[in-house]
Amino acid sequence: MPINAGDTAWIIAASALVMLMTPGVGFFYGGLVRRKNIISMIALSFIAFALVSVQWVLYGYSLAFGPDVGGLIGGLNNICLQGIGLEPTGSSTIPPMLFMLFQMTFATVTLAILTSVFAERVKLSSFIVFGLLWTTLVYDPIAHWVWGGGWLAQLGVLDFAGGIVVHISAGFSALAILLVIGKRIGFGRDLMEPSNIPVALIGMAMLWFGWFGFNGGSALAANGLAVNAIVVTNTAAAAGALVWMLLSWKDGRPASLGIVSGAISGLAAITPAAGYVDIFGALLIGIIAATVCYIALTFRIRNGWDESLDAWSIHGVGGLLGVFAAGVLATTAINGYSGLLAGNVHQLAIQVIAIVATVLYSLIVTFILAKGVDMIMGLRVKEEEEYVGLDISQHGERAYT
Amino acid sequence: MKMVQAIIRPEKMEAVKKALEEKGFIAMTIIEVRGRGEQKGITLEFRGKKVDVDTIPKMKLEIVVKDEDVEIIIDTIRASARTGKVGDGKIFVLPVERMCKVRIDD
Repeated sequence: MPINAGDTAWIIAASALVMLMTPGVGFFYGGLVRRKNIISMIALSFIAFALVSVQWVLYGYSLAFGPDVGGLIGGLNNICLQGIGLEPTGSSTIPPMLFMLFQMTFATVTLAILTSVFAERVKLSSFIVFGLLWTTLVYDPIAHWVWGGGWLAQLGVLDFAGGIVVHISAGFSALAILLVIGKRIGFGRDLMEPSNIPVALIGMAMLWFGWFGFNGGSALAANGLAVNAIVVTNTAAAAGALVWMLLSWKDGRPASLGIVSGAISGLAAITPAAGYVDIFGALLIGIIAATVCYIALTFRIRNGWDESLDAWSIHGVGGLLGVFAAGVLATTAINGYSGLLAGNVHQLAIQVIAIVATVLYSLIVTFILAKGVDMIMGLRVKEEEEYVGLDISQHGERAYT
Repeated sequence: MKMVQAIIRPEKMEAVKKALEEKGFIAMTIIEVRGRGEQKGITLEFRGKKVDVDTIPKMKLEIVVKDEDVEIIIDTIRASARTGKVGDGKIFVLPVERMCKVRIDD
C-alpha cells in the first residue's frame, strides 16, 4: 500500500506520547520512594529508555519482529535495521521504520515498569547488565510470540496493545526478581514514607496521557479503531480510579495515590482489550481491575512482599485480567473479534494458554537471569550504601539540598 | 526541669514517638537535622576510590520533663531507637530554668 500521511502522522505522534510514559514511570515511582532515592528511581527509567533504545535498533527489533524462527523468536535478518525501510510494505500504510520506532517505546516502558522491584536497593551496574539480558531474553521473545508472528499469534491470541507483552511480562518478572533481591532493609519495620506525592502524581499524569498513544497507536492507523481504543482506555482508567477511591474510602481516607493506582490498574487491564471491546466492556474491565488489583496489593502487603511499587499487583494482575477479559468481552461490532459472551469459547481458551505460558516464562527465565547476575556481580548495593541512599551512593547527587 | 535532646535515626522517629506516648510523654519538638559523629559520617568505597558522605540526615527530638522523668525518657528512647550499629545517635540532658506558656500569663 502507498504511504498514508494521516496514519503516519498519528503513529509518529503516538510514538512521542508513549515515549513520555517511560520517564512518567520514573516520576511516578520516584515520588513513592524515600527522599534519598528519588533521583535513582527516575534515573532508572531514563537508563531503561536509553539502554533499550540502543538495544532495539541494534538487534532487539530483529529478535521481536524479524522473520519467524520456529514460532519462538525473530530471525537476525533485521539486525541494525537492515531491510527496515521508509516505504510501507504489504498491507501497511506507515513506514516500517516508524513501526520499529513505535514498538521501541513499548520495549523501553516495560523495563521501566520492572524497576519497581529494584527500588532503593539495586546496584546500578547490575541493573544495566540485567536490563539488557532481560529485554533480550524475556521481552523480545514474548513480543515475538504475540506480535511478531510467533506461536501465540499463530494461535490467534488477542493482545491489542501489550497486556501480555508489557504488563504480564513486567509484573510477573518483578515477582521472580523479588525472590533474588529480597526486601529493603527495615521493610515493614521502619517508616518508608513517599518522598514526594505530587511528583508521583505528575508521573501518573504523564502515564495516562501517554496511554492514549499506547492503545490508540496500536491501531497502527488514524481510524475509528484508534478512536475507540482511546475512548475505552480512558473509560476503564476513570472507572478504575473511582472504584479504588471508594474502596480506600471504605478502609479509611481516599489517598491520591490510591486513586491513581486505580487508574493504572484500569489502564493495564484495558490495554489488551482496547481494540475489541466497547465502553460497557471498558467500564466492567475498569471496575473489576481496580477491585482485584486492590485485593492483590493488600495481599502483597499482608505477606510482606517488598515488590515496592506494585509492578506485580497493578501491572501484572491488571494485565492478566485484561487478557482474560478480552477473551470474554470482545465484540465483533468493534473489530470483528468475538469472545465468550458472543459464544466463542475457543478465544478464551487461547487467552488462558497465553496467560499461563507468559506468566511461567517470565517467572522462570527472569529468576534464572536475576540469580545469575546476583551470583556474578551482586544485584544489591552494600548495606551502608543502601542506608545512605542510592542517589548519593550510585549517582553522587542529592535531590533536596 | 530538664530538656532531653535526642539525635536519632529518621526511620526510628515513629517508633520513638509511639514509645514515649505509651509512657505518657506527649509534648515534644521534632527537628530534621544533618550531622556527623566520631566516624565522620559514612565512607563508601568505589573500586578503591573513597566517597565521603560526611553528614547524615538525622532527627532531633526535644522534650522537657521533670528531673525524675529523665531516666525513663532515656531508657525509652534507647529501647525504641537502638539498632546496635554505629550511628544510632546521642542523648543530651540540659537544665531548664523556666517554662512559660504563650497563651496565658502563668
